[in-house]
Amino acid sequence: MHESHKFKIPIGPQHPALKEPESFSVALKGEKILGVEIRLGYNHRGIEKACEERTYIQDIYLAERICGICSHSHSSCFIQCVEELAGLEVPKRGLFIRTLIGELERVHSHFLWLGVAGHEVGFDTLLMYTWRDRELVMDLLAGLTGNRVNYGMNTIGGVRRDVTKEQLRKIKETVDVLEERTMYYIKIATSEPTLINRLSGVGVLSREDTLSLDAVGPTARASGVSRDVRRDDPYAAYAELNFYVITDDHCDVYGRTIVRVKELLESFKIIREIVAKIPEGPIAVKAPRRIPAGEALSRYEAPRGEDMHYVKSNGSDKPERVKVRAPTLANVQAVKHMLKDRYLADLPIVIAAIDPCFSCTDRMVRLDRMDKGQSDVINWKQLHDYSLGWHREHGVDFSSLNERLKKAL
Amino acid sequence: MRELFNIIVFPGFIFLALFGFAAEYFDRRMHARLQNRKGPPWFQPVADFIKLISKEDLIPSDANAGMFRMAPIVALASTVTAFLYIPLWNGKALYSFNGDVIVVLYFLTIPTMAIFIGGWYSTSLFARLGSVRAITQLFAYEVPLFIGILSAALLADSWSLAGIVRFYNSHPLLFICNIPGFVVSLVALLGKLERVPFDIPEAETEIVAGAFTEYSGRLLAFFRMTLAIEMVVGASLLAAVFLPTVAVPGASGSAGTGLYPAAFIGFGVYLIEVFFIVALISLARTIFARLRLDQMVVFCWKFLAPLGIAQLLLNLYLKGLLTR
Amino acid sequence: MKHGAMLVQVLRSLFKKPATVCYPFEKLTMPEKMRGKLKFYPALCIGCKMCERDCPSGAIMITKIADKQFDCEVRLDKCIYCGQCAESCPKKALEMTPDLELASGDPLKLKVVYHGNPPEISQAKPQSSERAEGKA
Repeated sequence: MHESHKFKIPIGPQHPALKEPESFSVALKGEKILGVEIRLGYNHRGIEKACEERTYIQDIYLAERICGICSHSHSSCFIQCVEELAGLEVPKRGLFIRTLIGELERVHSHFLWLGVAGHEVGFDTLLMYTWRDRELVMDLLAGLTGNRVNYGMNTIGGVRRDVTKEQLRKIKETVDVLEERTMYYIKIATSEPTLINRLSGVGVLSREDTLSLDAVGPTARASGVSRDVRRDDPYAAYAELNFYVITDDHCDVYGRTIVRVKELLESFKIIREIVAKIPEGPIAVKAPRRIPAGEALSRYEAPRGEDMHYVKSNGSDKPERVKVRAPTLANVQAVKHMLKDRYLADLPIVIAAIDPCFSCTDRMVRLDRMDKGQSDVINWKQLHDYSLGWHREHGVDFSSLNERLKKAL
Repeated sequence: MRELFNIIVFPGFIFLALFGFAAEYFDRRMHARLQNRKGPPWFQPVADFIKLISKEDLIPSDANAGMFRMAPIVALASTVTAFLYIPLWNGKALYSFNGDVIVVLYFLTIPTMAIFIGGWYSTSLFARLGSVRAITQLFAYEVPLFIGILSAALLADSWSLAGIVRFYNSHPLLFICNIPGFVVSLVALLGKLERVPFDIPEAETEIVAGAFTEYSGRLLAFFRMTLAIEMVVGASLLAAVFLPTVAVPGASGSAGTGLYPAAFIGFGVYLIEVFFIVALISLARTIFARLRLDQMVVFCWKFLAPLGIAQLLLNLYLKGLLTR
Repeated sequence: MKHGAMLVQVLRSLFKKPATVCYPFEKLTMPEKMRGKLKFYPALCIGCKMCERDCPSGAIMITKIADKQFDCEVRLDKCIYCGQCAESCPKKALEMTPDLELASGDPLKLKVVYHGNPPEISQAKPQSSERAEGKA
């Protein structure tokens, strides 16, 4: 083991440590990591192109299904762009309900993360307990919105469903129970030595590195960088709510755990404030089918960090271009840096600590080649011709497939 | 003829297999209940075994087929052989001779070697990493385990398990002096059985399944049965050495096939003790996270080994007092 | 630092009822507004086809069988259960029910057709006869 050879081990695309496929090719010397090569794109589904061929109303649901855990973030962010283009002003009650669902989503996402982090370090009990408590949030969301994930609460101009007083009361009760359980998890996270030893000193990202690598979300906030779109660029109802932005100075995975658990407590506070302050009134304004031409960019604080959507419209009822920049794309560059000179045993928890959601991440990315100093963009027709040519070279014959397609149509 | 019955049925292979399944069921059920969920039904380990036996063995093309096939069988054979020397009731083991405590401990080391060989000759990267981790872990826990058990043997002035049990039955109070040794041996046993917190050679989220990555079908069934039986044998060893057994008068000298009620009571006490130790192992699995390899080595050499040596010194002193 | 910090809670769980629901022997009740299988009321449909236009996956199809009578075909495997059709319908002829146990091995069972009234049998109170084969 001391005089070990160097070899490359493939973590992914299929690996028990990863919940979603991504390829990390790790160069190892014994147990020490020498370097990591990251390849993205295993979950690319062509969503941005699919958005261009559907109307805005259909695109709400497509945007929601970019990711299962941060679905409301994507749909809200998209709708904020469209509402800005159409010049709509959403009524206050609609904004409050949108914020309420967003915060409940943050709660369920952070509980999920606690469980996954426990599982990656072999602490299955934490997984079972946190996911049991997450069921309370899921049942609440099912009662409010009609589904446990992919809430479908947003529509252009507001929200689709109203909340009754009975539901608001139930939300308050559930939040009280969840807060008590969160305090228990804080106690465990700060006092169980086997857990702390696995999380401390691992995945260190200093403040300067965070700023230069542009990490977002709890990953950045655990290094002391106070970045939160809810405070820096308020959207929905956040301008009227009081909350703190949690930062921590540990700069490692332990710090990220602390930030997420404390953010849970902040979310409970925000939810209570929303329930107390929600105004009466309409929940949506009528939106036009055709959105006037223009471009809009909107940002949203998803549970994982800053999510950006860009929509370009041309006056018809279908968008011309939709671009999504998910928070994990900004954070995954930091993983390479965090894994230098660490052990293989730290790799799953470091990857899990940025809370990766590769379904969100795999969109079109344009790579600028630093050495050649040029960037290449090929359009749809060129891509189509290239694909046909490649398949012909490898002996795939299209004539029989085309005949079958004609018969089926 | 009677020897054949003893080796194959009781307390040999079939009894051990059933006992191993029962212990595995108990462990999984308790682990589940501690985590506030229902566990698997009683026939789950048997069902797993039957399912695995009925599947095809896939051997990687680069692997050395002979060693690959031999490893689980050697592991299973050595754990079953170790059980033949463990006293089951009233200090009677199937075969016992002076020095058999060392033999049992060595028989329990062979499965780790077999896991190493099986993983190494699999030639898969994950398997090799797992097998190297298993050997590294062996360096850490082996010494505390040996010191713990041998310090108890030292006080009893006997190197045979049956003799140790007889000694402690006649001096009941000396069990209390061995409690630190019991703790040391229990923690080291967790390392030998490769259970959380010393789950490192088979860390599911890091190296898929460690040395067992390429195993499937019958070979994997035997490996899993080895792990279950190893848990039973290890727990029996600890129960024999550290926990009090009931010395029931009226049991005659020969371990005949006659059914003495005294034998039953002794056997029942033995079963309860083994399940108690399995329950402790299950509890440890639930409340701790997995340690990293370097953390584990540091822990074993910084805390466990000194505690074991302290116990050894205490026992030497007590032995001096006793023989005066 | 407390070793074995979870010990007390874990031992207490031994005596609590487990949190597992033994599906399919025990079933949880879903909230009433859960978005499950779609239900169509042919008497209310006016054939504007707004639902067809707004469906993100093309799962619903309205066909005219007679004057002011429409059939509705729902493909349960294409439907994403978003409920946009129910919201877009100006006459509230579509409703989402909490029926979620829709999985089936037979693809024909996933195509549910709600019939309107054929022209020969027209009654004062129109009934909807549904070939409800969507239940698993």
